[in-house]
Amino acid sequence: MMSPSRLKERLIALIMVAAVLFLPPLVMVVDRPPEVGLSWLPLYIFVTWALVIALAAWLLEQRSGD
Amino acid sequence: MRTDAIVISVAFGYLALLFVIAAWGDRRAEQGRSLIGSPTVYALSIAVYCTAWTFYGSVGRAAQYGPGFLLIYLGPTLAMLMAPFMIRKMVRIAQVQRITSIADFISARYGKSQGLGALVALIALIGITPYIALQLKAITVSHAVLVNYPLAPELSLAEEAFWVDKSFWVALVLAVFIILFGTRHLDASERHEGMVAAIAFESMVKLVAFLAVGVFVVFSLFHGPGDLFTQVAASPELVGALSLEAVPGGASGWVGMLVLAFLAFLTLPRQFQVLVVENVDERHITRASWLFPLYLLAINLFVIPIAMAGLLLPAGNPDPDSFVLTLPLSAGLDGLPLLVFIGGLSAATGMVIVETIALSTMVSNQLVMPLLLRSKRLHLSSQGGLAGWLLGIRRVAIVLILLLGYLYHALIGDSYSLVTIGLVSFAAACQFAPAMLIGLYWRGATGRGAALGLIAGTLVWAWTLLIPGFAQSGWLNDAFLEYGPWGLSWLRPYALFGLEGWDIYSHSLLWSLMANVGLLVGISLFSRQSPVEKTQAALFTEAMHPGLIESSLWHGQTTRGELRTLVTRYLGAGATARVFADVPNAGPDDDWPAPPDLITRAEQALAGALGSASSRVLINSLVRGEALDLESVLSILDTTSETLEMNRRLEQQSRELAQASEELRAANERLRELDRLKDEFVAMVSHELRTPLTSIRAFAEILRDGRDLPEEKRIHFLDVVVLESQRLSRLIEEILDLARLESGRLTLTPQRLDLVALARHSVDAVHRLQEDRGVSLEVDIEVDEAPVIGDPDRLEQVIINLLDNAGKFADDDAPRVRLHLTPHKQHYRLSVEDNGPGIAEEERERVFEKFHQIKRHGAGAGKAKGRPRGSGLGLPISRGIVAHLGGRLWVEEAPKLKGACLVMELPAAPAETAASASPP
Repeated sequence: MMSPSRLKERLIALIMVAAVLFLPPLVMVVDRPPEVGLSWLPLYIFVTWALVIALAAWLLEQRSGD
Repeated sequence: MRTDAIVISVAFGYLALLFVIAAWGDRRAEQGRSLIGSPTVYALSIAVYCTAWTFYGSVGRAAQYGPGFLLIYLGPTLAMLMAPFMIRKMVRIAQVQRITSIADFISARYGKSQGLGALVALIALIGITPYIALQLKAITVSHAVLVNYPLAPELSLAEEAFWVDKSFWVALVLAVFIILFGTRHLDASERHEGMVAAIAFESMVKLVAFLAVGVFVVFSLFHGPGDLFTQVAASPELVGALSLEAVPGGASGWVGMLVLAFLAFLTLPRQFQVLVVENVDERHITRASWLFPLYLLAINLFVIPIAMAGLLLPAGNPDPDSFVLTLPLSAGLDGLPLLVFIGGLSAATGMVIVETIALSTMVSNQLVMPLLLRSKRLHLSSQGGLAGWLLGIRRVAIVLILLLGYLYHALIGDSYSLVTIGLVSFAAACQFAPAMLIGLYWRGATGRGAALGLIAGTLVWAWTLLIPGFAQSGWLNDAFLEYGPWGLSWLRPYALFGLEGWDIYSHSLLWSLMANVGLLVGISLFSRQSPVEKTQAALFTEAMHPGLIESSLWHGQTTRGELRTLVTRYLGAGATARVFADVPNAGPDDDWPAPPDLITRAEQALAGALGSASSRVLINSLVRGEALDLESVLSILDTTSETLEMNRRLEQQSRELAQASEELRAANERLRELDRLKDEFVAMVSHELRTPLTSIRAFAEILRDGRDLPEEKRIHFLDVVVLESQRLSRLIEEILDLARLESGRLTLTPQRLDLVALARHSVDAVHRLQEDRGVSLEVDIEVDEAPVIGDPDRLEQVIINLLDNAGKFADDDAPRVRLHLTPHKQHYRLSVEDNGPGIAEEERERVFEKFHQIKRHGAGAGKAKGRPRGSGLGLPISRGIVAHLGGRLWVEEAPKLKGACLVMELPAAPAETAASASPP
């Protein structure tokens, strides 16, 4: 069981991490096509997106008991 | 199979199903078994964010502009992660203040200002109507594609009679739906349960439809995603399609779009409606804040594959917005395209329903009601008539808004692609963000600043997005796009002040928000808040304050009768009865003054129906004297935080005090106990000293007086005298030892010795005595040699004392004592256990207290008389000696004999070689 202020701190940290992941310059870093084919960018977005959602779910459901 | 009749009957059958679901939801709500009381339904209702624009337009946008479409969903993901603090705060404010819409919210924040509410309602109406038009257009286009395929959907709505256009009839059915389920209650702050249930259902339908077509495209048209992307990689014109270059505006366009979607998600009227007004339970927000992003992820999963597939397989229709339909159609399927059509229909209708309810509430409460309240004629009509009026206004507004949307769609809808209209509306809604979000956290934001910011931001938006859009539709001469109006090139709408290279939305957002926020903050810093504004600002920014007291603001005078008449006139008799039911401290009849609580309740009830601004005007017209006690409320708000902090500190101090006094009390108790023990000890010592003294004296007197005693008697008596004297001197020796130990003057001569030899020696010393007492003594020494540092005499004294004690406390019938010596981690442990009753857990430390004697109870006490009692000094002295030698002495459960076990632990002496090898 986390204290509410600790939960808030972790959530804010997660939001900041998500914002950094979804914005340039990180986005520009992954925007590189492999040898053949398409840019990695969409795959990167989907993977990080799923990761952020999973972390948020883990964080928020810990407290759902009360 | 794909005849017009079937398509139309399926579409209208689906709409009929929505009616059934909504009616069911309302029925369940009346029975008190709400359908929508779950976080999942809440998350699904938020998914009204995904409109036809998502359903058809995302694929189109992905095909044309690469991964940029994802930003429209990443923004809300970020916003929703903040929901546990931000949306929760808004929900709490909305519940307390009976907020009915975003216009009402902003108006209430800035002192229940009528003007600001009207401004927001007007901007929403202008900005959002095209968005409704977009949904109707999507229905028309998707229907045309479905029916005309493989021919291109030749559309020329302006030329076609409106009754041929299916979306006109859909709009009409929706108007009926919204009137039925959206205006059931007069109180717009109440939830529309049936409507929310229908919206949640629609969100599931559109998700299932989109996933179905995605799975079909990836796994049926192609052999899985690997196959699809191999083919895409093989076609050179598609290689750059998914990189950042394809996104308009590049990196800055990327950031702009994310900010746009983030703000619009919070400020679009329909999102405010489902997020805040329709929220059933604050706790649902927590789960929805990850469930809704998950929904967004799921509905976007197949967008890129469908877009790529559409570009790879030319399906006869070059319009990428229709790929979702044309791909399954090109495969010759019948059922799937129909499902897709229904999915698109549900996306469109869901948005239209919620948006229209939100807009109609704004129009009736923020635009029409304030005007009506000004006309004198209306005040004369009485008795509940206005309740009907109000609902009537809202219903007319619904029809008008839908008609307006339809007109927009019919007249200029052709010239815009789906995404364009959507983003223009997004940018309009974003203008509410500064007033709403800054007002939520900064108490100093003033109404004047908010109004000027809104106006300026909206004007910039109109110049940079709306008017150029009209120009591109051919309504205006579009020369000013390229050269600027009157040849002023710095005023070019798409390159204001010469800022070029940005995409039009980021460009518009930048300038409009800059003007908006700049004016809001700048003017706020140099203008004053009225008292009402100050209070409302405090109530909004401090909404999450745990100490927020819901105190009554009204302190003027009015009678209950007058208040009742006012509320009845607007809300009807039923609602009035609920407001006036169980009022505390109410007088016996209507001539009594209304208590402040009642006035507040009446104001809130009116606010739920009319909006906060109108409600305040009405109550103000009735209440005489000092109407609002604002100063006191402000001071309450300002002092609550200080008080809370002070409370917290006081609480902490009192906790510390309580702890300290508890410690003191315990110490005091210990002291008393020690004092009592000392008294006992003195008594005991006196007694112990007296006993041998008495017998010495008695025998000495006998010897003195009885000169004719037989010789053997005389010798016996002299022996007794000698024995008792020895006992006396031993006792005195012990007391002296103790005194030395206490004062630290005990002299020990530590030297290296073998504990094994010492133990054996001690056992030999007590062996005879124990045997005489019938105690069987076992010796179990596990080591051959146990070198320790110690004073041999003192240590022997300790061991003998332990053995002696054990003998005393062993079982009465078959006393057994066991000595055990074992090595233990660089130490040697010598334990002496007996098979007596043992020592209770809580007594174990106390046996080492001076003067403490273990009481022997019951039958055993009689039998034990044969064995001497201790003085109560042996163990404290032993512990003192062992401690001086760096060891420990304690009591534990006897492992073998089940009685008490005293353990002495001494550190092993360092090896002699090591000791000699070490430098001096």
